Amino acid sequence: MTAKYPIAITVNEKRYEAPAEPRMSLADFLRDQLGLTGTHLGCEQGICGSCTVLFNGETVRSCLLLAVQANGGVILTIEGLAARAEAGQPLHAIQQGFLETGGFQCGFCTPGFLMTAYELLNETSSPSEDEIRERLSGNLCRCTGYQNIVAAILWAAERLRRQASR
Amino acid sequence: MKPAPFEYVAAESVEEALAALQQNNPDGKILAGGQSLLPLLNLRLTKPKLLVDLNGISGLDGIRETPEGLAIGAMTRQSKLEHSLLVRQRCPLLAEAIRYIGHVAIRHRGTIGGSLAHADPAAELPALALALDAKFAIAGRGTDRVISAEEFFLDFLTTALAPDEILRQIVFPIIRPSSGYALEEIARRHGDFAIAGVVVIVDLDDAGKIAEARVALFGLAPTPVRARQAERALVGRELDDRAMLDAAVLLEEVLEPPGDIRASSAYRKHAAAVLLSRALKRAVQVCHTRRIP
Repeated sequence: MTAKYPIAITVNEKRYEAPAEPRMSLADFLRDQLGLTGTHLGCEQGICGSCTVLFNGETVRSCLLLAVQANGGVILTIEGLAARAEAGQPLHAIQQGFLETGGFQCGFCTPGFLMTAYELLNETSSPSEDEIRERLSGNLCRCTGYQNIVAAILWAAERLRRQASR
Repeated sequence: MKPAPFEYVAAESVEEALAALQQNNPDGKILAGGQSLLPLLNLRLTKPKLLVDLNGISGLDGIRETPEGLAIGAMTRQSKLEHSLLVRQRCPLLAEAIRYIGHVAIRHRGTIGGSLAHADPAAELPALALALDAKFAIAGRGTDRVISAEEFFLDFLTTALAPDEILRQIVFPIIRPSSGYALEEIARRHGDFAIAGVVVIVDLDDAGKIAEARVALFGLAPTPVRARQAERALVGRELDDRAMLDAAVLLEEVLEPPGDIRASSAYRKHAAAVLLSRALKRAVQVCHTRRIP
Protein backbone atom coordinates (compact mmCIF):
# COMPACT_ATOMS: atom_id res chain seq x y z
CA MET A 1 0.00 0.00 0.00
CA THR A 2 1.07 3.50 -0.73
CA ALA A 3 -0.47 6.64 0.69
CA LYS A 4 -3.86 7.64 -0.66
CA TYR A 5 -4.42 11.00 -2.30
CA PRO A 6 -7.64 13.00 -2.01
CA ILE A 7 -9.22 13.26 -5.46
CA ALA A 8 -11.83 15.87 -6.33
CA ILE A 9 -13.41 15.56 -9.75
CA THR A 10 -16.56 16.59 -11.54
CA VAL A 11 -18.36 13.69 -13.16
CA ASN A 12 -21.51 14.29 -15.17
CA GLU A 13 -21.77 17.76 -13.70
CA LYS A 14 -21.66 16.49 -10.12
CA ARG A 15 -18.68 17.04 -7.84
CA TYR A 16 -17.16 14.01 -6.11
CA GLU A 17 -14.40 13.63 -3.55
CA ALA A 18 -12.78 10.31 -2.67
CA PRO A 19 -9.29 8.97 -1.97
CA ALA A 20 -7.17 6.96 -4.41
CA GLU A 21 -3.81 5.25 -4.33
CA PRO A 22 -1.50 6.51 -7.09
CA ARG A 23 -1.81 3.22 -8.96
CA MET A 24 -5.61 3.43 -9.21
CA SER A 25 -6.84 4.10 -12.74
CA LEU A 26 -9.58 6.61 -13.43
CA ALA A 27 -11.73 3.67 -14.55
CA ASP A 28 -11.39 1.90 -11.21
CA PHE A 29 -11.92 5.17 -9.38
CA LEU A 30 -15.20 5.79 -11.21
CA ARG A 31 -16.39 2.24 -10.66
CA ASP A 32 -15.13 1.34 -7.20
CA GLN A 33 -14.89 4.69 -5.39
CA LEU A 34 -17.81 6.53 -6.99
CA GLY A 35 -20.05 3.57 -7.84
CA LEU A 36 -20.36 4.67 -11.46
CA THR A 37 -20.18 1.21 -12.99
CA GLY A 38 -21.49 2.23 -16.40
CA THR A 39 -17.89 2.62 -17.56
CA HIS A 40 -16.72 -0.89 -18.38
CA LEU A 41 -13.20 -2.25 -18.07
CA GLY A 42 -12.29 -4.76 -20.74
CA CYS A 43 -8.62 -5.24 -21.46
CA GLU A 44 -6.99 -2.71 -19.09
CA GLN A 45 -4.29 -2.11 -21.68
CA GLY A 46 -5.80 0.44 -24.00
CA ILE A 47 -6.82 -1.95 -26.75
CA CYS A 48 -10.57 -2.49 -26.45
CA GLY A 49 -11.95 1.02 -25.87
CA SER A 50 -14.74 -0.12 -23.50
CA CYS A 51 -13.60 2.29 -20.77
CA THR A 52 -13.64 5.39 -23.02
CA VAL A 53 -14.86 8.53 -21.22
CA LEU A 54 -14.57 12.24 -21.95
CA PHE A 55 -11.88 13.91 -19.84
CA ASN A 56 -11.84 17.70 -20.06
CA GLY A 57 -13.86 17.40 -23.26
CA GLU A 58 -11.76 14.76 -25.06
CA THR A 59 -12.16 11.01 -25.30
CA VAL A 60 -9.58 9.08 -23.29
CA ARG A 61 -9.08 5.51 -22.19
CA SER A 62 -9.92 5.68 -18.49
CA CYS A 63 -7.77 2.56 -17.91
CA LEU A 64 -4.74 4.53 -19.17
CA LEU A 65 -5.21 7.58 -16.99
CA LEU A 66 -4.49 7.52 -13.26
CA ALA A 67 -7.12 8.87 -10.90
CA VAL A 68 -4.47 11.20 -9.42
CA GLN A 69 -3.93 12.63 -12.91
CA ALA A 70 -7.64 13.27 -13.32
CA ASN A 71 -7.75 15.26 -10.07
CA GLY A 72 -9.55 18.56 -10.68
CA GLY A 73 -10.80 17.40 -14.06
CA VAL A 74 -14.22 17.31 -15.67
CA ILE A 75 -15.49 13.94 -16.80
CA LEU A 76 -18.45 12.75 -18.81
CA THR A 77 -19.39 9.08 -18.59
CA ILE A 78 -22.19 7.01 -20.05
CA GLU A 79 -24.30 7.83 -16.99
CA GLY A 80 -24.25 11.50 -17.98
CA LEU A 81 -25.26 11.04 -21.60
CA ALA A 82 -29.05 10.90 -21.20
CA ALA A 83 -28.96 14.20 -19.30
CA ARG A 84 -27.65 15.72 -22.53
CA ALA A 85 -30.61 14.47 -24.54
CA GLU A 86 -32.73 16.97 -26.39
CA ALA A 87 -35.69 18.34 -24.42
CA GLY A 88 -38.44 15.82 -23.85
CA GLN A 89 -36.34 12.80 -24.83
CA PRO A 90 -35.43 10.20 -22.21
CA LEU A 91 -32.28 9.12 -24.06
CA HIS A 92 -29.59 10.88 -26.05
CA ALA A 93 -29.99 10.45 -29.82
CA ILE A 94 -26.93 8.17 -29.89
CA GLN A 95 -28.43 5.89 -27.24
CA GLN A 96 -31.75 5.89 -29.08
CA GLY A 97 -29.91 5.06 -32.30
CA PHE A 98 -28.33 1.97 -30.74
CA LEU A 99 -31.81 0.86 -29.63
CA GLU A 100 -33.41 1.54 -33.00
CA THR A 101 -30.84 -0.32 -35.08
CA GLY A 102 -29.79 -3.08 -32.70
CA GLY A 103 -26.37 -1.56 -32.18
CA PHE A 104 -25.59 -3.80 -29.23
CA GLN A 105 -26.01 -7.38 -28.16
CA CYS A 106 -24.22 -8.20 -24.89
CA GLY A 107 -23.67 -4.50 -24.26
CA PHE A 108 -20.24 -4.76 -22.67
CA CYS A 109 -18.47 -2.55 -25.21
CA THR A 110 -21.42 -0.20 -25.70
CA PRO A 111 -20.49 2.57 -23.21
CA GLY A 112 -17.16 3.04 -24.99
CA PHE A 113 -18.82 3.15 -28.40
CA LEU A 114 -21.38 5.69 -27.20
CA MET A 115 -18.74 8.03 -25.77
CA THR A 116 -16.60 7.73 -28.91
CA ALA A 117 -19.62 8.43 -31.12
CA TYR A 118 -20.65 11.35 -28.88
CA GLU A 119 -17.32 13.06 -29.53
CA LEU A 120 -17.51 12.37 -33.27
CA LEU A 121 -21.02 13.83 -33.58
CA ASN A 122 -19.97 16.89 -31.60
CA GLU A 123 -17.22 17.49 -34.15
CA THR A 124 -19.15 16.76 -37.31
CA SER A 125 -22.88 16.63 -37.92
CA SER A 126 -22.73 14.56 -41.12
CA PRO A 127 -19.99 11.96 -40.80
CA SER A 128 -19.60 9.56 -43.70
CA GLU A 129 -19.70 5.83 -43.08
CA ASP A 130 -15.91 5.75 -43.64
CA GLU A 131 -15.36 8.48 -41.07
CA ILE A 132 -17.51 6.61 -38.57
CA ARG A 133 -15.61 3.36 -39.14
CA GLU A 134 -12.28 5.13 -38.85
CA ARG A 135 -13.33 6.77 -35.57
CA LEU A 136 -14.67 3.50 -34.17
CA SER A 137 -11.48 1.61 -35.05
CA GLY A 138 -10.29 1.98 -31.45
CA ASN A 139 -13.36 0.25 -30.01
CA LEU A 140 -13.78 -3.50 -30.20
CA CYS A 141 -17.12 -5.32 -30.30
CA ARG A 142 -17.23 -9.11 -30.35
CA CYS A 143 -20.98 -9.47 -30.97
CA THR A 144 -22.40 -7.18 -33.60
CA GLY A 145 -19.99 -7.24 -36.50
CA TYR A 146 -20.11 -3.41 -36.31
CA GLN A 147 -22.69 -3.01 -39.08
CA ASN A 148 -25.50 -2.02 -36.74
CA ILE A 149 -23.23 0.19 -34.67
CA VAL A 150 -22.39 2.21 -37.77
CA ALA A 151 -26.10 2.29 -38.63
CA ALA A 152 -26.88 3.54 -35.10
CA ILE A 153 -24.50 6.45 -35.44
CA LEU A 154 -25.84 7.35 -38.88
CA TRP A 155 -29.35 7.25 -37.37
CA ALA A 156 -28.30 9.48 -34.48
CA ALA A 157 -26.52 11.93 -36.79
CA GLU A 158 -29.64 12.32 -38.89
CA ARG A 159 -31.85 12.83 -35.84
CA LEU A 160 -29.50 15.44 -34.42
CA ARG A 161 -29.43 17.24 -37.78
CA ARG A 162 -33.22 17.28 -37.93
CA GLN A 163 -33.42 18.69 -34.42
CA ALA A 164 -30.84 21.34 -35.18
CA SER A 165 -32.77 22.48 -38.25
CA ARG A 166 -36.02 22.92 -36.35
CA MET B 1 -4.45 -6.62 -14.09
CA LYS B 2 -3.60 -3.72 -11.81
CA PRO B 3 -0.17 -2.06 -11.47
CA ALA B 4 2.16 -2.86 -8.60
CA PRO B 5 2.20 -0.04 -6.02
CA PHE B 6 4.30 3.02 -6.75
CA GLU B 7 4.86 6.49 -5.35
CA TYR B 8 3.75 9.46 -7.42
CA VAL B 9 5.14 12.96 -7.91
CA ALA B 10 3.21 15.55 -9.93
CA ALA B 11 6.17 17.72 -10.90
CA GLU B 12 5.53 21.40 -11.54
CA SER B 13 8.87 22.15 -13.15
CA VAL B 14 11.54 20.28 -15.08
CA GLU B 15 13.93 20.96 -12.19
CA GLU B 16 11.54 19.36 -9.70
CA ALA B 17 11.08 16.34 -11.97
CA LEU B 18 14.85 15.98 -12.43
CA ALA B 19 15.42 16.19 -8.67
CA ALA B 20 12.85 13.45 -8.04
CA LEU B 21 14.45 11.24 -10.69
CA GLN B 22 17.95 11.87 -9.34
CA GLN B 23 16.92 11.03 -5.77
CA ASN B 24 15.36 7.77 -6.92
CA ASN B 25 17.82 6.83 -9.65
CA PRO B 26 17.29 4.33 -11.27
CA ASP B 27 13.90 3.36 -9.78
CA GLY B 28 11.92 6.33 -11.08
CA LYS B 29 10.02 6.43 -14.34
CA ILE B 30 8.70 9.41 -16.27
CA LEU B 31 4.96 9.55 -16.93
CA ALA B 32 4.15 11.54 -20.08
CA GLY B 33 0.98 10.62 -22.00
CA GLY B 34 0.94 7.18 -20.39
CA GLN B 35 -0.41 5.42 -23.46
CA SER B 36 2.50 2.96 -23.54
CA LEU B 37 3.60 3.12 -19.89
CA LEU B 38 0.17 2.46 -18.36
CA PRO B 39 -0.38 -0.79 -20.30
CA LEU B 40 3.10 -1.92 -19.23
CA LEU B 41 2.28 -1.06 -15.60
CA ASN B 42 -1.13 -2.74 -15.77
CA LEU B 43 0.49 -5.89 -17.17
CA ARG B 44 3.22 -5.61 -14.50
CA LEU B 45 5.87 -5.77 -17.19
CA THR B 46 7.46 -2.85 -15.40
CA LYS B 47 7.33 -2.04 -11.67
CA PRO B 48 8.91 1.35 -11.01
CA LYS B 49 8.99 2.56 -7.41
CA LEU B 50 8.18 6.12 -8.45
CA LEU B 51 6.30 7.79 -11.28
CA VAL B 52 7.26 11.37 -12.05
CA ASP B 53 4.33 12.96 -13.88
CA LEU B 54 5.28 15.68 -16.37
CA ASN B 55 1.70 16.62 -17.24
CA GLY B 56 1.56 19.52 -14.77
CA ILE B 57 4.70 21.25 -16.06
CA SER B 58 3.89 24.33 -18.09
CA GLY B 59 6.08 25.15 -21.07
CA LEU B 60 6.90 21.56 -21.99
CA ASP B 61 4.42 21.57 -24.87
CA GLY B 62 3.95 23.72 -27.93
CA ILE B 63 5.09 24.02 -31.53
CA ARG B 64 7.35 26.87 -32.64
CA GLU B 65 9.01 27.62 -35.96
CA THR B 66 12.75 28.22 -35.65
CA PRO B 67 15.54 28.55 -38.23
CA GLU B 68 16.44 24.89 -37.55
CA GLY B 69 12.89 23.63 -38.03
CA LEU B 70 9.82 23.00 -35.92
CA ALA B 71 10.74 23.04 -32.23
CA ILE B 72 8.21 20.78 -30.55
CA GLY B 73 7.88 20.48 -26.78
CA ALA B 74 8.16 16.89 -25.62
CA MET B 75 4.73 16.97 -23.92
CA THR B 76 2.92 18.14 -27.06
CA ARG B 77 -0.05 15.81 -27.57
CA GLN B 78 -0.15 13.80 -30.76
CA SER B 79 -3.62 15.12 -31.58
CA LYS B 80 -2.30 18.70 -31.37
CA LEU B 81 0.36 17.85 -33.96
CA GLU B 82 -2.17 16.05 -36.13
CA HIS B 83 -4.33 19.17 -36.39
CA SER B 84 -1.63 21.87 -36.29
CA LEU B 85 -1.63 24.09 -39.37
CA LEU B 86 2.05 24.85 -38.82
CA VAL B 87 2.91 21.14 -38.83
CA ARG B 88 0.83 20.56 -41.97
CA GLN B 89 2.57 23.40 -43.75
CA ARG B 90 6.15 22.84 -42.64
CA CYS B 91 6.36 19.14 -41.91
CA PRO B 92 3.29 17.51 -43.49
CA LEU B 93 4.72 14.02 -43.14
CA LEU B 94 4.65 14.44 -39.35
CA ALA B 95 0.90 15.12 -39.40
CA GLU B 96 0.46 12.14 -41.73
CA ALA B 97 2.53 9.83 -39.50
CA ILE B 98 0.53 10.81 -36.40
CA ARG B 99 -2.66 9.47 -37.95
CA TYR B 100 -1.16 5.97 -37.92
CA ILE B 101 -0.72 6.09 -34.13
CA GLY B 102 -3.39 4.19 -32.22
CA HIS B 103 -6.78 5.88 -32.28
CA VAL B 104 -8.24 9.29 -31.53
CA ALA B 105 -8.59 8.66 -27.77
CA ILE B 106 -4.97 7.46 -27.62
CA ARG B 107 -3.70 10.50 -29.56
CA HIS B 108 -5.54 12.88 -27.21
CA ARG B 109 -3.21 11.75 -24.40
CA GLY B 110 -0.13 10.42 -26.22
CA THR B 111 2.79 12.81 -26.54
CA ILE B 112 5.53 13.13 -29.13
CA GLY B 113 8.25 12.97 -26.48
CA GLY B 114 6.69 9.86 -24.95
CA SER B 115 6.58 8.08 -28.30
CA LEU B 116 10.20 8.90 -29.03
CA ALA B 117 11.51 8.08 -25.55
CA HIS B 118 9.58 4.79 -25.49
CA ALA B 119 11.36 3.93 -28.76
CA ASP B 120 9.15 1.10 -29.89
CA PRO B 121 10.88 -0.23 -33.02
CA ALA B 122 7.52 -0.60 -34.80
CA ALA B 123 6.46 3.00 -34.11
CA GLU B 124 6.24 5.65 -36.82
CA LEU B 125 7.64 8.73 -35.05
CA PRO B 126 11.13 7.35 -34.29
CA ALA B 127 11.57 6.42 -37.97
CA LEU B 128 10.38 9.84 -39.06
CA ALA B 129 12.79 11.52 -36.61
CA LEU B 130 15.59 9.44 -38.09
CA ALA B 131 14.66 10.20 -41.71
CA LEU B 132 14.46 13.93 -41.00
CA ASP B 133 17.54 13.92 -38.75
CA ALA B 134 15.61 15.48 -35.88
CA LYS B 135 17.53 16.90 -32.92
CA PHE B 136 16.73 15.92 -29.34
CA ALA B 137 17.21 18.43 -26.48
CA ILE B 138 17.71 16.58 -23.21
CA ALA B 139 17.54 18.11 -19.73
CA GLY B 140 19.72 16.62 -17.00
CA ARG B 141 22.46 17.88 -14.76
CA GLY B 142 23.69 21.27 -15.97
CA THR B 143 22.73 22.64 -19.34
CA ASP B 144 20.67 20.70 -21.87
CA ARG B 145 22.54 18.43 -24.24
CA VAL B 146 21.44 18.08 -27.85
CA ILE B 147 21.87 14.86 -29.80
CA SER B 148 20.75 13.64 -33.21
CA ALA B 149 18.13 10.98 -33.86
CA GLU B 150 20.91 8.65 -34.98
CA GLU B 151 22.52 8.95 -31.53
CA PHE B 152 19.21 8.79 -29.64
CA PHE B 153 17.90 5.34 -30.60
CA LEU B 154 20.26 2.70 -29.23
CA ASP B 155 18.40 -0.61 -29.07
CA PHE B 156 15.00 -2.23 -28.51
CA LEU B 157 13.02 0.22 -26.29
CA THR B 158 16.36 1.78 -25.36
CA THR B 159 17.51 5.34 -25.96
CA ALA B 160 20.44 7.53 -24.98
CA LEU B 161 18.31 9.05 -22.20
CA ALA B 162 19.77 8.33 -18.75
CA PRO B 163 17.26 7.36 -16.02
CA ASP B 164 17.64 10.83 -14.50
CA GLU B 165 17.28 12.82 -17.72
CA ILE B 166 14.18 14.25 -19.40
CA LEU B 167 13.55 14.77 -23.08
CA ARG B 168 12.60 18.45 -23.26
CA GLN B 169 12.19 19.29 -26.93
CA ILE B 170 12.60 17.82 -30.39
CA VAL B 171 13.46 19.89 -33.45
CA PHE B 172 12.10 18.44 -36.69
CA PRO B 173 13.72 20.06 -39.74
CA ILE B 174 11.05 21.29 -42.14
CA ILE B 175 10.30 19.40 -45.32
CA ARG B 176 11.22 21.73 -48.19
CA PRO B 177 8.28 22.75 -50.37
CA SER B 178 9.96 21.04 -53.34
CA SER B 179 10.46 17.70 -51.56
CA GLY B 180 8.29 14.63 -51.91
CA TYR B 181 7.50 12.37 -49.00
CA ALA B 182 5.56 9.25 -48.09
CA LEU B 183 4.98 6.82 -45.26
CA GLU B 184 3.86 3.28 -46.06
CA GLU B 185 3.23 0.51 -43.57
CA ILE B 186 1.59 -2.85 -43.17
CA ALA B 187 -0.44 -3.47 -40.02
CA ARG B 188 -3.15 -6.02 -39.27
CA ARG B 189 -5.60 -3.24 -38.50
CA HIS B 190 -5.37 0.53 -38.67
CA GLY B 191 -3.87 1.78 -35.42
CA ASP B 192 -2.00 -1.44 -34.66
CA PHE B 193 1.77 -1.39 -34.46
CA ALA B 194 3.27 -1.87 -37.90
CA ILE B 195 4.56 -5.23 -39.03
CA ALA B 196 6.86 -3.27 -41.33
CA GLY B 197 7.03 0.33 -42.45
CA VAL B 198 9.01 2.75 -44.59
CA VAL B 199 9.46 6.52 -44.51
CA VAL B 200 10.77 8.20 -47.67
CA ILE B 201 11.73 11.80 -48.43
CA VAL B 202 13.02 12.63 -51.91
CA ASP B 203 14.21 15.61 -53.90
CA LEU B 204 14.28 15.64 -57.68
CA ASP B 205 16.66 17.62 -59.88
CA ASP B 206 15.52 19.68 -62.88
CA ALA B 207 15.74 16.64 -65.13
CA GLY B 208 13.41 14.71 -62.82
CA LYS B 209 16.17 12.49 -61.48
CA ILE B 210 16.57 11.78 -57.78
CA ALA B 211 18.90 14.36 -56.25
CA GLU B 212 18.53 13.18 -52.68
CA ALA B 213 16.71 10.28 -51.06
CA ARG B 214 16.23 9.56 -47.39
CA VAL B 215 14.81 6.19 -46.38
CA ALA B 216 14.06 5.07 -42.82
CA LEU B 217 12.58 1.71 -41.87
CA PHE B 218 10.54 0.65 -38.85
CA GLY B 219 9.34 -2.67 -37.50
CA LEU B 220 12.31 -4.33 -39.16
CA ALA B 221 15.09 -4.12 -36.56
CA PRO B 222 15.51 -3.40 -32.81
CA THR B 223 15.62 0.32 -33.65
CA PRO B 224 14.45 2.37 -36.61
CA VAL B 225 17.16 2.25 -39.28
CA ARG B 226 18.31 4.44 -42.15
CA ALA B 227 18.78 2.48 -45.39
CA ARG B 228 21.82 4.43 -46.53
CA GLN B 229 22.97 2.01 -49.21
CA ALA B 230 19.55 2.09 -50.82
CA GLU B 231 19.54 5.89 -50.57
CA ARG B 232 22.88 6.10 -52.39
CA ALA B 233 21.76 3.65 -55.07
CA LEU B 234 18.84 5.92 -55.96
CA VAL B 235 20.73 9.20 -56.35
CA GLY B 236 21.19 10.41 -59.92
CA ARG B 237 18.60 8.05 -61.34
CA GLU B 238 15.08 8.25 -62.59
CA LEU B 239 12.66 6.29 -60.43
CA ASP B 240 11.99 3.38 -62.81
CA ASP B 241 11.45 -0.29 -61.99
CA ARG B 242 15.16 -0.99 -62.27
CA ALA B 243 16.07 1.71 -59.73
CA MET B 244 13.41 0.51 -57.29
CA LEU B 245 14.57 -3.09 -57.64
CA ASP B 246 18.22 -2.12 -57.04
CA ALA B 247 17.24 -0.20 -53.91
CA ALA B 248 15.04 -3.06 -52.69
CA VAL B 249 17.85 -5.62 -53.13
CA LEU B 250 20.14 -3.44 -51.04
CA LEU B 251 17.47 -3.32 -48.33
CA GLU B 252 17.17 -7.07 -48.23
CA GLU B 253 20.93 -7.43 -47.96
CA VAL B 254 21.20 -5.31 -44.82
CA LEU B 255 18.01 -6.42 -43.08
CA GLU B 256 17.72 -9.28 -40.62
CA PRO B 257 14.19 -8.58 -39.41
CA PRO B 258 12.79 -10.42 -36.39
CA GLY B 259 10.10 -13.06 -36.80
CA ASP B 260 7.25 -13.13 -34.30
CA ILE B 261 3.57 -14.01 -33.91
CA ARG B 262 2.57 -11.32 -36.42
CA ALA B 263 4.96 -12.06 -39.26
CA SER B 264 7.98 -14.18 -40.12
CA SER B 265 11.36 -12.67 -40.82
CA ALA B 266 11.10 -13.57 -44.52
CA TYR B 267 7.68 -11.92 -44.78
CA ARG B 268 8.98 -8.73 -43.16
CA LYS B 269 11.93 -8.67 -45.56
CA HIS B 270 9.66 -9.02 -48.55
CA ALA B 271 7.24 -6.43 -47.15
CA ALA B 272 10.08 -3.93 -46.68
CA ALA B 273 10.97 -4.14 -50.38
CA VAL B 274 7.35 -3.78 -51.50
CA LEU B 275 6.73 -0.87 -49.12
CA LEU B 276 9.90 0.86 -50.27
CA SER B 277 8.72 0.77 -53.90
CA ARG B 278 5.28 2.06 -52.94
CA ALA B 279 6.70 4.83 -50.79
CA LEU B 280 9.21 5.91 -53.45
CA LYS B 281 6.52 6.06 -56.13
CA ARG B 282 4.20 8.07 -53.93
CA ALA B 283 6.99 10.40 -52.76
CA VAL B 284 7.99 11.17 -56.36
CA GLN B 285 4.32 11.80 -57.20
CA VAL B 286 4.05 14.17 -54.25
CA CYS B 287 7.18 15.91 -55.53
CA HIS B 288 5.57 16.51 -58.91
CA THR B 289 2.30 17.70 -57.35
CA ARG B 290 4.04 20.14 -55.02
CA ARG B 291 6.12 21.54 -57.88
CA ILE B 292 3.05 22.67 -59.81
CA PRO B 293 2.83 26.37 -58.96
